[in-house]
Amino acid sequence: MLHKDNHKKQRNQAVKKILGSTARYLMMVLIVLLLFGIILLISGKDPIQSYKDIFTATLGSAYGFSEVIVAMTPILITALAVALPSRVGLINVGGEGQLYMGACLATWGALTFDTLPAWALLPLMILLGMIGGGLWAFIPGYLKSLGLVNETITTLLLNSVAPSIVSFFVYGFWHSPMETNKTPNFVPAARLPTLFNSRIDLSLFFAIFLLAIFWYVMRSTRWGLEMRAIGGNPQAAKRNGLPLNKYWVVVMCVGGAIAGIAGASQVSGYYGVLVAGFSRGLGYMGFLISWMSFGDPIGIFVTSFIVSIIVTGGNLLQLTSGIPYAVINILLALTLFVVLARLKIFEGKKT
Amino acid sequence: MNWLPILGVFSSAIFSGTSLLYTTLGETIHQRSGIVNLGLEGILLVSASSGFAVTVISGNPYLGVLTAMIMGGVMNMVMGFLVVTRRANQLASVLALMFFGFGLSAIIGKPYVGAKINTLPKLSIPGLSSLPLLYSSLFKFDFLIILVIPIAIFVWWLLFKTRWGLGLRAVGESADTAFASGRNPFLIRYQALFLGGMLTGLGAAHLSIAYTMRWSEYMTSGKGFIAVALVIFSKWHPLRAIVGALLFSGAVAFQLLLQSSGVQISPFLLDTIPYILTLTVLIAWGGTRKHAAPASLGRVYQGSE
Repeated sequence: MLHKDNHKKQRNQAVKKILGSTARYLMMVLIVLLLFGIILLISGKDPIQSYKDIFTATLGSAYGFSEVIVAMTPILITALAVALPSRVGLINVGGEGQLYMGACLATWGALTFDTLPAWALLPLMILLGMIGGGLWAFIPGYLKSLGLVNETITTLLLNSVAPSIVSFFVYGFWHSPMETNKTPNFVPAARLPTLFNSRIDLSLFFAIFLLAIFWYVMRSTRWGLEMRAIGGNPQAAKRNGLPLNKYWVVVMCVGGAIAGIAGASQVSGYYGVLVAGFSRGLGYMGFLISWMSFGDPIGIFVTSFIVSIIVTGGNLLQLTSGIPYAVINILLALTLFVVLARLKIFEGKKT
Repeated sequence: MNWLPILGVFSSAIFSGTSLLYTTLGETIHQRSGIVNLGLEGILLVSASSGFAVTVISGNPYLGVLTAMIMGGVMNMVMGFLVVTRRANQLASVLALMFFGFGLSAIIGKPYVGAKINTLPKLSIPGLSSLPLLYSSLFKFDFLIILVIPIAIFVWWLLFKTRWGLGLRAVGESADTAFASGRNPFLIRYQALFLGGMLTGLGAAHLSIAYTMRWSEYMTSGKGFIAVALVIFSKWHPLRAIVGALLFSGAVAFQLLLQSSGVQISPFLLDTIPYILTLTVLIAWGGTRKHAAPASLGRVYQGSE
């Protein structure tokens, strides 16, 4: 009987906890809406009407919902590209660069082997994307394992290099006869198939598949355990005979390869063409999502969904009210500020 | 031999290096107090846009410079609230601040894209005025350029020769120890952030009001990240930062010279040179770097309890 009571108590506590955190989340949402409303007011827009517009454009219709999913897919993948290395204590800010390099190599595949059928070309492009992102992440991983340069700064520097390399290829060799800033449209065989009569494409399944693998590896495999050990206390892990350097390099490369998948699927699915400077901070968003959710798989899913609502809504706001695209960044930043500022209350005593 | 192009490179290095040096000095102060402010990009953009806007409205560039400085400090106070008072993760906070800066600067600057401004007056250096006009016009600097090296020396003096600077560096090395010896890490970090933010604002002001004399979205194009790299390059030392900033902007100016003299290299590849150079230097100095970095860089000070 006692045992049963304990269970009940625990469950009650759990329910209370969930209710409490939901209430806090709602508070945070309200604060963000209020702050952003003030900014909208200052720039001469009606906040309530804007919010209505955002709602109908995102969750209010099937089309809007599909657009949210479209926006969510790449940032969910780049968030995983950050979350995995963070488990071994590596801070990968380089999702942006890795995504660009993945897109770059995938585009090379699409343009070179454009006679291949789709069943061969698409896997090849994804593979090339993984190689591109993985190699780009190998540089910071290797430098870290040598103890030469901190991976944060390397990935940041390489983020500035990668878009230039993409521009070099696009403007120099690959551009279409009409426009110099993009490649010709890919052949249909190089396009990821779309689903449900919408712009959602197969990369959504990549994202969910990767998320599931990440969850499984972290939870139930020896690798996951060892990685968590290294992330928790590298010195102790080393004394226990774990090959730190090997893990750092390999995990960083895998992280980069994941970001490369995001890049490849962006050019193959969303755009169908490589446009110079297409990303607009997808990699950084992935970093923030991964960080906000502490690298927790379900957290990543939920957070990237919320961020996508913000992005999609902001996109619409730009179209209908003539506010610059960058306003999305303010909305995103305000959300982050509120999360960051309230964080310690959420986490209790944990640091 | 024609010296003009080489002097041109030198002059343009000084012009473009000034904003970089101010920003680097600001970041040196942040990092010496233990805060890695990678979101400089956002602060630069907000300062540059607001300074430019005020210059357009008031017609007075000095007012613009002042506004940019204050905005830099204020932006960093937001950051301070997050990472010092709320003890939030630094990297995430600065990235959030960066996104915020992207958005805010776009809104502030939007009405002023393409506006004309009164720029800062250029002062000629005595002794150089006897040179032919073509040469002496290369070396006419505004007051922000003339002040940048004295300010770098001032920052060095502040950090290394004053009690306040000692306290600041102590907080950067070990906030707990600094607290135990009677200093207030929270206050010192706020001060460091405000001062550094004002310097960053000066850099931004020079960029938009004096150097390019225009405002466009994302006009800083990675200067904030370069400044962070330069801080490491200069091993957290304000005087070495002078050399770093000059070298770096010299490399950029040299690349422009190469392009104008008809060397067939893609401008996009040339754009990557500065970053690769920085990375190379970091690798070369990798072994000794650890001893120079403030020990509790990036760590959150949890308070005394």
